Amino acid sequence: MRLIADRIHHKYGPLPVLEDISFTVEDGEVVAIVGPSGCGKSTLLRILGGLEKPASGGALCAGEAPAGSLNPFTFVFQDFALLPWRTVAQNVRLPLEGHGLPEAEIAARIADTLARTKLTDFADAYPKQLSGGMKQRVGIARALAVKPAILLMDEPLSALDAQTRELLMDDLVHLHEQGNLSSVYVTHNLDEAVRLADKVIVLRRRPGKINAVVELKVPRTARDGTDAEMARQTKELWHLIRADAEAADREILDA
Amino acid sequence: MRDTATMPAPAAAPTPVVFRGGLFTPATSRIAGALALFGLIGLWQGASSLGWISPIFAPSPARVANALIGMAQSGELQDHIMASLARLFGGYALGMTGGVLVGLMIGLFGVFRSAGIAVVSAFFPIPKIALLPLFILWFGIGEGSKVATIAFGTFFPTVVATYGAVDNVDRSLVRMGRAFGLSTLAIITKIILPGSLPGIISGLKIASSIGIVLLIAAEMIGANQGVGALVLSAGNLMQTDQLLAGVVMLSVLGLTIGGFIGAIEKRLLVWR
Repeated sequence: MRLIADRIHHKYGPLPVLEDISFTVEDGEVVAIVGPSGCGKSTLLRILGGLEKPASGGALCAGEAPAGSLNPFTFVFQDFALLPWRTVAQNVRLPLEGHGLPEAEIAARIADTLARTKLTDFADAYPKQLSGGMKQRVGIARALAVKPAILLMDEPLSALDAQTRELLMDDLVHLHEQGNLSSVYVTHNLDEAVRLADKVIVLRRRPGKINAVVELKVPRTARDGTDAEMARQTKELWHLIRADAEAADREILDA
Repeated sequence: MRDTATMPAPAAAPTPVVFRGGLFTPATSRIAGALALFGLIGLWQGASSLGWISPIFAPSPARVANALIGMAQSGELQDHIMASLARLFGGYALGMTGGVLVGLMIGLFGVFRSAGIAVVSAFFPIPKIALLPLFILWFGIGEGSKVATIAFGTFFPTVVATYGAVDNVDRSLVRMGRAFGLSTLAIITKIILPGSLPGIISGLKIASSIGIVLLIAAEMIGANQGVGALVLSAGNLMQTDQLLAGVVMLSVLGLTIGGFIGAIEKRLLVWR
């Protein structure tokens, strides 16, 4: 399934936040959206996923969702958004309820996604018993259980410590190699973008518009932190963002 | 030969860094708690036995216990307690059910919100016992007016706690429900209701203690049966042992209800 951002414009009151954003997420492609804080990248993701209405333009999808998809555009949240009163398995179950699926299929989907996210042994744990990394794995398992066409990930690793982030990044790379899963990955972390994406969209701020689109040619599985090409690309992205990031940092907030 | 005068003074032996991380974390001990309680009763008994305290104004714990046993044997105590419990549970059940329902409506639906909050804010500060005379006119001097006072008095704090609890449900969970395409009904039953349960239960605890206050006040104003009536008539007759026996029963009643709600809370909120 392809997701097309078609001339998206958005405003908060008189303040333009997004201006003329157009790009396509091809079938099986991972697109990272990077930019300094305040560039509207999370807003853009919410518009792509139908959680927010743009002022003009919009998100289009083309092609068929995978068989059995309950929610083609599925979010993974920075704050995990797990129900604390449900166990891991019950949290993964939540989006599977109310679709009239046979109980056996629900159980099979839960077992399968827990296995893919290495959570099988934690099925009966409550979220409060889990580390941040494990919580986000539950968030990812829940998203995979609905068989999404496109994962919309909003800073999924930003609430985690550096080491856990590294481990989950490996898992995400692996996950995208396993199946034909497309993703839009919003982050302010350039390393994450360079590690996972096929294409990085760099936004500039106030208003957020596309500054550059950087294609990453090295295959995902062949990338690692010491790769010279990766370092060069991270540097290139930083070069594109630096001035905006500085402006964002030095801004006096109206509150 | 080394000139010790120009050498730096030999380093003193290392001393441990002084610990100053102790915080106010009072340790609790069941034994100390029991000791304090029994110690107090023992002191009181001792002072009474020594004649320091007048038995008319403050009868000894032994006499209070005797009065309790005597009233229990004659069946009088049970009658009073049953009369009080029936009123309390009748009023509390009405006030609680209505309060949770109205609180949910206010919390969930904009239509009810403004109107509901205005009405609740106007009624909330009224000491509900002030309405007992009106309720006596409406529902008669019997059970109706007492149950209505308790129901009314527990209703408002339950409403306030319930809509506050709904407001406090993490909005990111609701957003998650929307993002996964859950129906509005599913969001209410699977996210908002379970999420507001802790707040609702703590509201019910507060309402239950308000209920006991109103129960006793209502029974003192117009009742022949009930712990409040017992305490009042014992006072009128200078039967301070029976009076205090009634007060002890109120402590037991409050503790029992609190323990009961606590047990429900523990069962429902294992995830916390």
